[in-house]
Amino acid sequence: MEATGVTAGGKPVTFPQYLLLNAKRFATRPAMRIKDYGIWQTWSWSEQRDEIRDLALGLQAMGLEEGDRIAIVGSNRPRLYWAFCAAQSLKAIPVPVYADSVADEIAYVLNHAGVRFAIVQDQEQVDKLQSVAEDIPGLTDIIYDEPRGLRDYDHTHLHDFATIQEKGRQASASNKALVTDWEERIRASDGSEISAILYTSGTTGRSKGVMLTAAASVKAAEDTAKFDHMTENDEVLAYLPLAWVGDHYLNYAQGYAVGLCMSCPESPETVSQNLREIGPTFYFAPPRVFEGLLTSVMIRMEDASRIKKWLFDHYLAVAKKHGERILEGRPVPLSARISYWLGDKLIYGPLRNVLGFTRIRTAYTAGEAIGPDLFSFFRSLGINLKQLYGQTEAFLYVTAQKDGDVRPDTVGPAAPDVEIRIAENGEVQFRSPGMFTGYYGDEEKTKETMTPDGWVMTGDAGIFDAEGHLKIIDRAKDVGKLTTGALYAPKYIENKLKFFPNIKEAVAFGNGRDFVAVFLNIDLTAVGNWAERNNISYGSYQELAGLPQIYEMMAAHVDQVNRDLAAEPMMAGAQIKRFLVLHKELEADDGELTRTQKVRRGFIAERFEPLIEALYNGSTEQFIETDMTFEDGRKGVIRATVKVADAKTHPAVETLPEAAE
Amino acid sequence: MNARVKHVELHADDDGLAPGEVMLKLDNVSLSFGGVKAISDISFDIRKGEIRAIIGPNGAGKTSMLNVINGFYHPQQGVITFRGKARSRMQPYEAAASGIARTFQNVALFKGMSTLDNIMSGRTLKMHKNFFWQVLNVGPARDEEIEHRLKVEEIIDFLEIQHIRKTPVGKLPYGLQKRVELGRALAMEPDLLLLDEPMAGMNLEEKEDMSRFILDVNNQMGTTIALIEHDMGVVMDISDRVVVLDYGRKIGDGTPDEVKNNQDVIDAYLGVSH
Repeated sequence: MEATGVTAGGKPVTFPQYLLLNAKRFATRPAMRIKDYGIWQTWSWSEQRDEIRDLALGLQAMGLEEGDRIAIVGSNRPRLYWAFCAAQSLKAIPVPVYADSVADEIAYVLNHAGVRFAIVQDQEQVDKLQSVAEDIPGLTDIIYDEPRGLRDYDHTHLHDFATIQEKGRQASASNKALVTDWEERIRASDGSEISAILYTSGTTGRSKGVMLTAAASVKAAEDTAKFDHMTENDEVLAYLPLAWVGDHYLNYAQGYAVGLCMSCPESPETVSQNLREIGPTFYFAPPRVFEGLLTSVMIRMEDASRIKKWLFDHYLAVAKKHGERILEGRPVPLSARISYWLGDKLIYGPLRNVLGFTRIRTAYTAGEAIGPDLFSFFRSLGINLKQLYGQTEAFLYVTAQKDGDVRPDTVGPAAPDVEIRIAENGEVQFRSPGMFTGYYGDEEKTKETMTPDGWVMTGDAGIFDAEGHLKIIDRAKDVGKLTTGALYAPKYIENKLKFFPNIKEAVAFGNGRDFVAVFLNIDLTAVGNWAERNNISYGSYQELAGLPQIYEMMAAHVDQVNRDLAAEPMMAGAQIKRFLVLHKELEADDGELTRTQKVRRGFIAERFEPLIEALYNGSTEQFIETDMTFEDGRKGVIRATVKVADAKTHPAVETLPEAAE
Repeated sequence: MNARVKHVELHADDDGLAPGEVMLKLDNVSLSFGGVKAISDISFDIRKGEIRAIIGPNGAGKTSMLNVINGFYHPQQGVITFRGKARSRMQPYEAAASGIARTFQNVALFKGMSTLDNIMSGRTLKMHKNFFWQVLNVGPARDEEIEHRLKVEEIIDFLEIQHIRKTPVGKLPYGLQKRVELGRALAMEPDLLLLDEPMAGMNLEEKEDMSRFILDVNNQMGTTIALIEHDMGVVMDISDRVVVLDYGRKIGDGTPDEVKNNQDVIDAYLGVSH
């Protein structure tokens, strides 16, 4: 790759180069905000450059060198984002780690990546790291952002973020050449260095360190920012886990590429309030967040006055009918336009405002399939919600839906400059600008994931529809067959179940078995509210989940799913015959979900083996004892007798019956 | 936390006492209501910078003890010495003005007011501009308000209750109300903080949080703390010294370990066979 940089007159190929550029072209424009002591504090791009420079020079004084790995652990805080760029400016490699990981998980990643320094948010993370310090021999120093509670700690190898910056400031004050050297070094980069190592969430086994080079990352971010017409006037709220590729891409990478303003929430609990205050123009959330929003809106409407409820229902019906067409600029009768305009003034506008979506131009969802009703709900309110399909290995984007060409059941065509092909076994493979260069320290895994001709295997099974939109069915290795020979795609079934607001989580079993059976988790918010309205009292999740009324409700949902499946020739053979409602919520702390809240089917099957047996041996109830971890880390045992219920199946329908007119 | 906002330090006033010196001393204090002796002939002291727990079975006179300390009850006998001066009959607000703040066994907040306003009310004694200045909300009164608000925000940050800043406290769950009440007491920047069962009715996680806050208040702000608590685990973990009451008498006094092995205390809690 040719050497380009700001001074070379070429386009930036690293994020620190973009920092210098933005500090010049958008010097006084806002780059970063955080709410502190109840007031939004703002840094302009030039101020942000100075903060990063002070930190970088401080780290340099501490001995951070090119190629060193530096861990970043914490929630979305400006200083942690600065740590990324400061490290990159020295060609050190930032390795973000999920803040809610337990100490052992952190130890694994830090040790695997061989980090030397760690920049962490607060006492909690310092305690975690110090508790496993023996397992991370390479780690010498820890730098913390928030000093609270750390005053009496031994500070030989523990440093306050501010003192490191101060050190950098003093060094540059006494030796002006340091600053120019720093900028020169940034400009000299050709972008071939590793820009970050992002560890995957580990749906299967240990997490792997995905290496991304600077130039590739920059190129990918530029492509998609252009695709969505992003500019320096855009605002984002960074609230997703810092270590997740989505946050790093959408907020950090795209943010530097266009020079937009990133805001950090005051605390994880205030995200919804902060969203309202900031009113971002670009927004990303996984489907479950949208689901949560819809549920909370609906629950609050249950308590509204009758007039309001009527207005809400009426105009929601109007939106459902015409909203999406209007959003996509398709023809709509004038009367419908007027009605929608009124609805916008009375319901949609205020609702968008309450949700913090007033200024949104582009919103994305990804990670899981989104329910068609849920998807349409937000779009019909005038929110340009789209889907994308991505991977850490691609530095996010593989496909993305274009404005005006959006549908709920696909993830859209290939993103700009991305090539996609479907392998013979149905697996989706891609080549993209942001593509990773390998897993850190794991040649073996890299070879397993990349084809000899340089395509990345996603491990997802998918099909292209007639218009070239990709549709993801399931993980390629999870697609199986029943003993009857019927095709069985567990996720497809689980997603259909999860589209019901009352069902939070579903786990399907069936590969190599006679029929499909599922575990269900009820949604405590939705079902709890339903129980309250119906005067049903319960003491705990476990008790509520076991109530006969809940089983009736679930049976109705399962029946609906079976009807849907019966209508699809490919899937009709895999209807659900038996189900049960689990006695505990599936938790990441117990290893049942990944940190990104995906179910770990194999682990669950092992853990609840007696229940699976009960599903297939015909018994109507089963006693089970399960270990669980409480929020404070203590272990406990939960015992329950779980009921197993039968579901009705339906004959396969070749074509949908026409409605009788 | 960041460098943008001037970092305001919350701390107890400097009262000239060195850590470890006796701050409050009770000598042979007795209190009775009619014929009922709530407290009889009790002596103990609270030293600057410590966490002092007062424990005892139900009806032992613990809350009465706190009420005596903050001037709500007036003992019939005995002498209370605060910062080296024997205290005369005083009113609760005088106690507050002299640097003693407290929370209550049953949460006593202004239910209709927001968290922010409730904590702000704890600054009342520190406001110097009179009512008319405050109504005008200009110049010095405004500066003063901003200064107080900054302190209150520091407390909100400290107690991690940013998300309920504007929520009326009546709507909050009990554990959070307790935290707001602690916040209001902290807003006075007290030298001596009296906590009446700060963890009653809390679940384990809330108790752990509250313990953390109490330790941090003691450690970072240098506030002396006297607390009543029933959860022995918590008491033994966080206090420096413990005084044990039973039927209005003092039956034990010392470090948690000493108290734990005191036969009278064991008898009072477990009962004695006769």
